[in-house]
Amino acid sequence: MTLARSEPVETDAARWDAAVRLDAVSKTYGRGPASLLALDRVSLTVAPGEFVCILGASGCGKSTLLSLVAGLDPVTSGSIDTGTHRVALMFQEPALFPWLTVTGNVEIALRMRGVPRPDRRTLAIRLLETVRLHGFEHKRPHELSGGMRQRVALARALAQDADVLLMDEPFGALDAMTRDLLHDEIERIWRERSLTVLFVTHNVREAVRLGDRVVLLSSRPGRVLEEYPVGIPRPRRIDSADVAGLAATITDTLRAEVARHGH
Amino acid sequence: MATDTSASPVTGLDALELGPPPPTKEWTPARIAAKVWQSLWPKALALIIVLVAWQLVVTSGWKSPYVLPGPGPVFDELRHEITTAAFWNAILITMRRALIGFSIAIVIGTTVGAAVAAFRPLRAAIGSLITGLQTMPSVVWFPFAILLFKISEGAIMFVVILGAAPSIANGLISGIDYVPPTWKRVGKVLGMRGLSLYRHLILPASLPSFVSGTKQGWTFAWRSLMAGELLVIVVGQLSLGARLQGARDLNDAPSLLAFIIVILFIGILVDIAFNAADNALRRRWGLTQT
Repeated sequence: MTLARSEPVETDAARWDAAVRLDAVSKTYGRGPASLLALDRVSLTVAPGEFVCILGASGCGKSTLLSLVAGLDPVTSGSIDTGTHRVALMFQEPALFPWLTVTGNVEIALRMRGVPRPDRRTLAIRLLETVRLHGFEHKRPHELSGGMRQRVALARALAQDADVLLMDEPFGALDAMTRDLLHDEIERIWRERSLTVLFVTHNVREAVRLGDRVVLLSSRPGRVLEEYPVGIPRPRRIDSADVAGLAATITDTLRAEVARHGH
Repeated sequence: MATDTSASPVTGLDALELGPPPPTKEWTPARIAAKVWQSLWPKALALIIVLVAWQLVVTSGWKSPYVLPGPGPVFDELRHEITTAAFWNAILITMRRALIGFSIAIVIGTTVGAAVAAFRPLRAAIGSLITGLQTMPSVVWFPFAILLFKISEGAIMFVVILGAAPSIANGLISGIDYVPPTWKRVGKVLGMRGLSLYRHLILPASLPSFVSGTKQGWTFAWRSLMAGELLVIVVGQLSLGARLQGARDLNDAPSLLAFIIVILFIGILVDIAFNAADNALRRRWGLTQT
């Protein structure tokens, strides 16, 4: 079942063993002349254990794409198949519940999953250790920094026992230093837990730093414009020359795409 | 933090961002005294200002002391009153009515509020009616209440509940309306549906608004109750309102003012309790800056 990360996914094995498969997915909001085509026949196959970054400028429907995969929204046409995989979604805002402690916020996800009460506490504490929040179990969300809150949200997502993790610009609101450190963390957790990650961002370097593959979407409507396999060996650094080089190439394409809308 | 995971730049940054823990202050008797003094002196000053002004008006001879006694005779009367069983019985009768009426109002207000927030047609039908009821002066209901229930506890309760329930319902409705959409999306992602969505997300999330609605509901209940006890005097039930009315009938000005002070005092005490609950909630949620 092991799949080399750099292998192209359009092999037969990957086709049958995809964690997420989108087939000509379109999404239209509204009806009639006021309707907006957000996604236009997006096809994408993500192999189990693959880290795919979806990159695009504003209005490319990247958040819409994740909502569709998570099942929060119905597709207008096309199909999405996640097979037997469990899917968790993380947002740009941590959106923790202020009436619960840090542990309580993780426990609520376990409870919704049907984990019996006696096991919840230990499991939650173990998940908080995974995101390096040992010693903060009894704090309330407002007592934590932005980066720590986002890690609680990550622990909550992991508590859903999903093997597919959808991340919607999870580090977009954090400062560069925190974001840089959290890249290491999410990479470690992805590898330790053999997760499949679909990571949406508008930050080109972040996409190259993290992804096995970067999928570039066009804007209004969102279409798959280009795919870039990232062959840079891990561990990577966001400021390395390799990352910067590929990021520059992608940025050029992205700029051309954005310029297309400039009149 | 004995695990090896703590030795990482991430945890280092956490420590830097959170800063050193605030120095824990010990609760020495001197510190407690200072704290109590700090919160008490403005209230003491306010009391002194009121008493001085009151005494000045009395001394000016604007009204005869027979109608408007000074603080001295009134507090003498009060000191005598609190030693009598009848006084505590009056408080007991009034507070029992307040608690029962207010509790029923909470049950009705919460049920109606939750139903209106959950069902769109119901909101269109009675949403604005609730706000309308809230603006009604509760005394207006008394003629109808007396017609329905005669001179009885029932008439008083009816008006107390009608006064309090709309505020409580409205507090809950606006709390539910303003649950942030991102929390609802999280709830959906975690698999909350129907009742579990209400139980684990919507109700706890609307708690702050519910508490302030309940606080407002209490003030309406208390006002309605006092109006009711003056208008509907049930034989054998010497409540605070009945005692107040009795003092007027007997032209007993010191007793009358003493009961006004008692009613004011109860109002202030309950307000302090509500504020304490509200502040505790805000602190837990991180809505206050220490």
